[in-house]
Amino acid sequence: MKQNFRFSGTGGQGLITAGIILAEAALLDGLLAVQSQSYGPEARGGSSKAEVIISDQPIRFGRVTHPDTLLVMSQEAADKFSGDCDASSLIITDSLFVKDVQARDARRIDLPITHTAREACGKPLFANIVALGAVVALTKCVTTESLERAVLDRVPKGTEDANKKALAAGYEIAKKSAGK
Amino acid sequence: MSRVLLLQGNQAVVEGAIAAGVRFYGGYPITPSTEIAEGMAKRLPQVGGKFMQTEDELAGIGTVLGASLGGAKAMTATSGPGFSLKQEMIGMACSAEIPCVIVDVQRVGPATGQPTSPSQGDVMQTRWGTHGDHWLIVVSPSSVPECFELTRRAVELSEKYRCPVILLMDEIVGHMRERIELPDSYEGLSVPRRKQPDTPPEKYLAYADTDGSMVPAMADFGSGYRWHMTGLVHDETGFPKGTPAATKNSQDRLHLKLRNHEDDIVQVENYRTEDADVVVIAYGGAARTAYDAVDMARDEGIRAGLLRPVTIWPFADRQIQAAAKKTKCLLVHELNCGQYVREVGRAVRGIVPVDLYAKYDNEPATPEQLLEKIRESAEKIKGAK
Amino acid sequence: MKSMEELVDFYFRPNRLPHLWCPGCGNGVILSALLKAIDAENLAKDDVAIISGIGCSSRASGYVDFNTANTLHGRALPISTGLKMARPDLHVITLSGDGDCSAIGGNHLIHAARRNIGLTLVVFNNSIYGMTGGQYSPLTPMGKKAMTAPYLTIEPSFDILDLARAAGATFTARATTYHVPILVDVLRKGIRHEGFSIIEVVTGCPTNYGRQNQLGAPAKMMEWQKDHGVMKAAWDKMDEAAREGKFPIGVLSERTDLKEYTKAYDEVIARAQASVKEETA
Repeated sequence: MKQNFRFSGTGGQGLITAGIILAEAALLDGLLAVQSQSYGPEARGGSSKAEVIISDQPIRFGRVTHPDTLLVMSQEAADKFSGDCDASSLIITDSLFVKDVQARDARRIDLPITHTAREACGKPLFANIVALGAVVALTKCVTTESLERAVLDRVPKGTEDANKKALAAGYEIAKKSAGK
Repeated sequence: MSRVLLLQGNQAVVEGAIAAGVRFYGGYPITPSTEIAEGMAKRLPQVGGKFMQTEDELAGIGTVLGASLGGAKAMTATSGPGFSLKQEMIGMACSAEIPCVIVDVQRVGPATGQPTSPSQGDVMQTRWGTHGDHWLIVVSPSSVPECFELTRRAVELSEKYRCPVILLMDEIVGHMRERIELPDSYEGLSVPRRKQPDTPPEKYLAYADTDGSMVPAMADFGSGYRWHMTGLVHDETGFPKGTPAATKNSQDRLHLKLRNHEDDIVQVENYRTEDADVVVIAYGGAARTAYDAVDMARDEGIRAGLLRPVTIWPFADRQIQAAAKKTKCLLVHELNCGQYVREVGRAVRGIVPVDLYAKYDNEPATPEQLLEKIRESAEKIKGAK
Repeated sequence: MKSMEELVDFYFRPNRLPHLWCPGCGNGVILSALLKAIDAENLAKDDVAIISGIGCSSRASGYVDFNTANTLHGRALPISTGLKMARPDLHVITLSGDGDCSAIGGNHLIHAARRNIGLTLVVFNNSIYGMTGGQYSPLTPMGKKAMTAPYLTIEPSFDILDLARAAGATFTARATTYHVPILVDVLRKGIRHEGFSIIEVVTGCPTNYGRQNQLGAPAKMMEWQKDHGVMKAAWDKMDEAAREGKFPIGVLSERTDLKEYTKAYDEVIARAQASVKEETA
């Protein structure tokens, strides 16, 4: 079973970190994972992209050509990185930043990711962790135990509680949307 | 005991170097290799080694050669622009037989090019970059675990054969993060060491082949064996002589010491090639596309396989000729305008057609794109027979 | 103190003589002064490494029985630096010419000085590229003739010691091939100095510099050194007019407030290893 993820937004939103955490959570679950990213000026203020492939089989080609799950946290990223999605793709958008997504036939879930980060943790900085919680709640690609451990292994000391809150908030907004 | 980590290829190179006993690094930051310098800066002093950020690329390899003369296993890393600057010193390492490892994480294009995009445009430069006839070893990893293993092997080969070994990487493998299992401690791993003289100092000839291996013993500076290293063509005493016979002898030994040991040096990986009608030849990051494309071709009934040169130079003549004799077509896939394909063509001498899928637009080929080329090659040989 | 014959017997490699330097060349004087300094400092041959670049001066490394390397044009300092890093216990003495050190290797000079790495750099300044047949170097004075300056040089020259000092060199000294006792003395002090030391030796190239500029026989060129080199103490008392065309010799500057680079690096190792212990604790 192979799942392709693409996290996209603006440099500084922590999406590459989110990609690394997701891949590390997959390893903790005993799965295989490959993570790659776009580098260069794009990673500094422009649009930014991290990709993760999770599988129980060896992963060779490491880029995502067809995302099963696309997380979009800016309008520019939505315009730039959603072109290869189709009806089988799930597109998760941050309601604060994304209005329109070109891939109209894909399933789209609009979530208040950055808004929730601000509400739950006091800072929009935690949006990437809120998003991770939502992605995992919606796709079940890794266990929540592994995700939490991977998050806590990566984040700076002293921010553990805020990050746990962010994860929980992410699960919550995903559940709410699923209930709709 | 071991630990499972998610590492970038560049980070795995650092760990491989530490595990192999590299204790000196001199280099200059350059994308997309910089994580290697940063990793060495952190890791080397932890194990008692030394890291230097040098004033330029020339000093990077210069300090590496100096440290190696002192007996340290030493390494540098760079990308195309820096690799070009290092060429003169790589030649001296070939000629004076100074073990060292140079990592080249390739970027796109000549000059500044595209620093953060994948390419394999330096593959011929690794072989022919420095002036004058010379022979050296180049290996190229395709995965993060292989970055660790091949860095160790590069150190081992450089020590064993007293020559520079180039670890040829690309942005795909250098920056990708992947699962790797590393031992908790590297203490149990073998740490290669260049052959030491077994003659007393007064009888030591720095460049004499004393055991038929063609590789002279190398004493560390300061070990009591005083010898002379020179960038001039020299005889077995280490001093320039200038006669045609002395020149030929030294040139012969410098290439025969590698050619005579090709069985030990040259490694390729065969993937589903046993009954293949189309054998894809791909190396480094481009090979990752090829595994998938071969599987997809098999799924639709095309007998495809992959021959992956792990050792890029010396060229795997024997292995590629053997593959050519068993298959109907070779398809070289590389991320440049077509470099290695020329060497493949030379080696197979028309036994089978050699097709090329060259990709040089700063993105790796997708498996679907390579599959299309495999289909075309398969179609052609059907038509021909 | 060994006699010259004893020095030659003891330090020169058998079969490497005769050397390739021209009659009247000062390079032999510098090399024998260096051997006297090494001998006077009681350095064991095994503990000395002599690393040179490319040029007439750089051939010196091959003649003497130490750990020696005749490297690439301009690159003697990086190679010396790497060796010193791997083997801080060795006395690494770098031999370079004016072109080797200030032109093609200029960047390495300023950074070796800045780091204060424990090397002794001896610059054989003959004001010309000798080995390639007399082209001008960054140390050729203005208004001189060279094969690549047939209408006289128009480029100001470096004062290589000012350059090194500005870059951070903690020991600078100058001597000439005429002032041999002073030369031996500053070489000894340079070797003893903990940190980067540079010793400029003014030497004559009668073949490729003297002849083009009609400076006369080798002895006359040495006389010029005698007349123009002024001891530091006297130099300090001279006014600008009296200094015109002359240059100071002796130890020109020495500082001991900066840590030698490999010693400073030992502190990096200590900090790195302490951080590992902290992590694993």
